[in-house]
Amino acid sequence: MGEWDELYRENILDHYKHPRCRGTLEHPDITYEDANPLCGDQLRIDIALKGGKIEQIRHSGHGCSISQAAASMLCERMEGRALEEVKALTREDVLELLGIELGPVRLKCALLALKTLKAGAYGITQWPGEEETA
Amino acid sequence: MPTPPAGTTIAAATSRGRFDPREVRGRFPLLTAKRERPLVYLDSAATSQKPESVLAAMDDYYRRYNANIHRGIYAIAEEATAAYEDARARLARFIGAPWREVIFTRNSTESINLVAYAWGRANLQRGDAVVLTVMEHHSNLVPWHILAAERGIELRFIPVTDSGELELEALPGLLADGRVRLVGVVHISNVLGTVNPVEEIARQARAAGALTLVDASQSVPHMPVDVKALGCDFLALTGHKMLGPTGIGALWGRRELLEAMPPFLGGGEMICEVKLEGSKWNELPWKFEAGTMAIAEAVGLRAAVAFCEELGMEQVFEHDRELARYALERMSEVPGLRILGPHAEKRGGVVAFELGEVHPHDVATVLDHRGIAVRAGHHCAMPLHDRLGVHASARASFHCYSVREDVDALVEGLHHARKVFD
Repeated sequence: MGEWDELYRENILDHYKHPRCRGTLEHPDITYEDANPLCGDQLRIDIALKGGKIEQIRHSGHGCSISQAAASMLCERMEGRALEEVKALTREDVLELLGIELGPVRLKCALLALKTLKAGAYGITQWPGEEETA
Repeated sequence: MPTPPAGTTIAAATSRGRFDPREVRGRFPLLTAKRERPLVYLDSAATSQKPESVLAAMDDYYRRYNANIHRGIYAIAEEATAAYEDARARLARFIGAPWREVIFTRNSTESINLVAYAWGRANLQRGDAVVLTVMEHHSNLVPWHILAAERGIELRFIPVTDSGELELEALPGLLADGRVRLVGVVHISNVLGTVNPVEEIARQARAAGALTLVDASQSVPHMPVDVKALGCDFLALTGHKMLGPTGIGALWGRRELLEAMPPFLGGGEMICEVKLEGSKWNELPWKFEAGTMAIAEAVGLRAAVAFCEELGMEQVFEHDRELARYALERMSEVPGLRILGPHAEKRGGVVAFELGEVHPHDVATVLDHRGIAVRAGHHCAMPLHDRLGVHASARASFHCYSVREDVDALVEGLHHARKVFD
């Protein structure tokens, strides 16, 4: 089983099979949806704010284990934190959470959640954009 | 104007035995290269591997007679010109067309764009309609979307059945009002492997006063194709899926249509006379070949055509279909696996599938870790995936060098993928 250890760490499979913060919110303050046109993955993130803090965060949609695990891990990490902290998240943070190295194609899977979350936090018009290439 | 030399003789396709895929495989350096884990290449519908003879032909051109074509009057320029035009003549013969009607392009996508821009702009106006199918590759959708937005033409679609075939009963209705000017159809679906009844579609289109454009990206590399037998008016093909290099493809069109069409791109070679105020177009096929073309790639494609002729396209098709039948049979052993597309009799060497709830990207990654290359995603056919009710699929596809052991490795890998994600 060693061969898939490299990519499918137990941690990733755990988040994929038992996603945290999964679902939608009825009255979100922020809702943002994005897709990865390469593979058809879709992700929606709902955020409820209280005093500048993320009171509740939920993700929904469909995608591969990497994109789903990244969404689960990011949401789990950000719940209870200040919205400003979302804006400071980087690609390296996501890769650290996942604990793996990825080629350029799968990197897009990993970064869909970050892209969606940051675009939602900034509001799409103010978002400076996320560097996607390795 | 240079005239292609008469094609060098190649034994005419006669009835003969099937080639041995193991022997054929030995002629592909990438497949025989030593590596940590043997490569199981199952993505030939994306691009085929290249035999030694193709690599050698391109290398020989660059090392021995690299020169621009149709210009220099020195020996190596003439040799390059002769090789380029001979490539055209060979390719033309390969699809049953006169050489003058074969235009070199970069790929099928460019060939279809050429038709949409040059023929479409000159012939389509508001109120006209173009019929396409739900199983088209994006390359035969997007050029028409652009034209539809620009010209206000209507796009109509032949639906696809649950089993992944064209709903041909819908065609008479789509053609009935006489407004359809062109029917664009993929010969073999790059996702489902479905072989479409292009002859029948072209016959109905002609009767309704419409032209037929065939996207032959997946058919010319895998089966005998004769443009006259198909009865179509345009045919687009690409070199890199038929054992040739990337960067070269072709458009075949009926001469009277091509003659009447304005050029696609302007520049060198496509003109006969240029004054500051305007220019006179060159004759066919050079009218559509602006600027320096992909000469080395044409030379490589010539070697690829020779390779295909040596194998025999009937034999290649039979080999592909036999492997597809074997794959369908073996893959049905994998629990939760669902095959997309028609039963074996109606498909070529392409098998797209879903593995239960496991995302195709994850399937492909697990397989990759075992040295197995498959495609995962929507394969540039998003409307088809929407129709089939799936977000994405994984796809295994074959060519002349594929063997049963490749399928066995795939099946074993799929069992493993299930275990990982169960």
